[in-house]
Amino acid sequence: MNEAFEPVLLRRRGVAGSQTLAYYQQDGGYNGLQKALKMTPAEVIKVVSDSGLRGRGGAGFHTGSKWGFLPKNYEGPIYLCVNGDESEPGTFNNRILIEEDPHQLLEGIAIASYATGASVAYLYLRYEYGQCYRTLEKAIEEMYANNLLGKNILGSNFSLDVYLVRGACAYICGEETGLIESLEGKRAWPRIKPPFPAIEGAFRRPTVVNNIETLACVTHILDKGPEWFMSMGVPKDPNNPRDPGSYGPKLYCVSGHVNNPGLFELPLGITARELIEKHAGGVWKGRKVKAVVPGGISMGFLSADELDTPLDFAGPGKAGCLGLGTAAVIVIDDQTSMVDVLYNNCRFFAHESCGQCTPCREGTAWSSKILRRIRDGHGKMSDLKTLEDISNTIGIMPGTTICGLADGAAWPIKNALKKFRPEFEEYISKGQKTEMREALAAH
Amino acid sequence: MSALSPEIREKIISYYGRYPNKQAITLPALHMVQEAYNCVSREAINEIADLLELNPTQVVDTMTFYGFFRDEHHPLGKKRVWVCRSLSCMLRGGDELLAEVCDRLHLRPGQTTPDGEMTLELAECLGACDGAPCILINDELQLKVGVEEVLALAKPQGGSKS
Ligand SMILES: Cc1cc2nc3c(=O)[nH]c(=O)nc-3n(C[C@H](O)[C@H](O)[C@H](O)COP(=O)(O)O)c2cc1C
Ligand code: SF4
Ligand code: FES
Repeated sequence: MNEAFEPVLLRRRGVAGSQTLAYYQQDGGYNGLQKALKMTPAEVIKVVSDSGLRGRGGAGFHTGSKWGFLPKNYEGPIYLCVNGDESEPGTFNNRILIEEDPHQLLEGIAIASYATGASVAYLYLRYEYGQCYRTLEKAIEEMYANNLLGKNILGSNFSLDVYLVRGACAYICGEETGLIESLEGKRAWPRIKPPFPAIEGAFRRPTVVNNIETLACVTHILDKGPEWFMSMGVPKDPNNPRDPGSYGPKLYCVSGHVNNPGLFELPLGITARELIEKHAGGVWKGRKVKAVVPGGISMGFLSADELDTPLDFAGPGKAGCLGLGTAAVIVIDDQTSMVDVLYNNCRFFAHESCGQCTPCREGTAWSSKILRRIRDGHGKMSDLKTLEDISNTIGIMPGTTICGLADGAAWPIKNALKKFRPEFEEYISKGQKTEMREALAAH
Repeated sequence: MSALSPEIREKIISYYGRYPNKQAITLPALHMVQEAYNCVSREAINEIADLLELNPTQVVDTMTFYGFFRDEHHPLGKKRVWVCRSLSCMLRGGDELLAEVCDRLHLRPGQTTPDGEMTLELAECLGACDGAPCILINDELQLKVGVEEVLALAKPQGGSKS
């Protein structure tokens, strides 16, 4: 099945001129939007809902339901925020989607705006994606010049403006309400929910926040229909009435210790093993896998015995990980110290915590300091207990923090200490050290 | 004399229609100013606040939340080069790259070469893990880089992307 899989989202990757409107239109582009404009917004929401599409930004929320939460007959304005902050370590699919095919995304934005009644879409793009920014600027200009944006799009009653907003190198701006605060010109402190953005979002108006890959999928769902989308992926679990299934194509980022790192588009549900061995060229230098990050570092780790885990929305969770996350797979070989890996993760979250919740601010800072001390050769066995305590008490799940950054900081600690405990114990009891050159000690 | 050029003032004003309030222009305005002057000075903050009808403290509050912006005491060099230190890059030599560059240039992360050519920065995942280890030069990613390529950027006219 996988050999035969024809890429959908990456179909135009590497084609000369694929970024231009002319190429996109002669290749069937903007068909989905034209179809949508002949339907009512409610009908468009139903199509997206029926496709089973779930958000690709990390939480896997059912997209049609999210759009359906907006207040009915609202006088406006309603906003769409496009989440292009993509900062979860390991993740780079938004970058390639935009660089290679900006109109595929922009068509999805136009369709989503029509469906939700948004009159303005803000595309929040991480600062680091300068090339994406310039590619989008050009594409948006082409759209305005061709009646695909602005007033009365393609002769309809639908009008839309799209504005690009550049971030400033802060991971927390990817959290949807952090993004909204940043968009509003404030520090990116996530908001307490409820109210959810659908009720009170950007500028206190009803707002939908969607990921870039999610919106790229919307383009194809309108063009080819919900049944087509549901022909790919993993159906609902008949034994679990609450499982919404994992449908459609998915972009898997693979990085770390593989021969062929890159972005692979496959039906949802491929196993980690198949992805690594068949698509990413296997582990480098003839080594073996020690651990695999299934979906960005917030999701924790799969051990070498768990590589047959399917990477659909349900799979990683069954193996004790936080979830599928961004489906960014990072492969760690058997010559790598999990102490070093976990330190790197903890340091990241300590650096990126926005600081407003004490359990997150202190918990991430202390877990990073404790791991630093262990790496310096001064670890104590009781440190492992302290790390575990931190990991069990910070996050939305234990009910102590405002946003999910803290859950993402906790998970790698939990998984590492559960699945790789002997390695940590041995490191401490033997007084092992990891040499750290001075430059790296900086925060 | 005004800290902001007439062009920048006009560009900020041209953003008024994009958002339902002026505070939302804070981040774009900070970007415009830092891009033009390599820092955001106290005077510039006051003038941004004026244009956006804010208290200058509000601008400072937003500006200092992001480690990205520099005040006039810490201006950027001509090029800003960020070396990624997150997991995928670490696994493929990112730490060694950074340490070697620091040693050879006698710089610590955050510092600028004495001739003002290049500012070296630490970055978290740049979204280019397929090309680890990678760097960001101003706002252009460069994948699969080695020590010599980064060192070349520290020389005047070094690197084509400045
Ligand atoms: C700390 C944190 C960072 C996040 N970063 C991103 C991000 O960079 N991009 C993204 O799309 N979603 C990110 N999310 C998830 C968003 O909050 C939100 O769920 C998502 O943008 C919704 O879009 P979707 O339903 O299309 O997936 C992040 C969440 C958290 C807690
Ligand atoms: S959990 Fe952490 S990142 Fe999220 S709002 Fe609280 S302090 Fe900020
Ligand atoms: S970890 Fe360096 S670019 Fe992602």
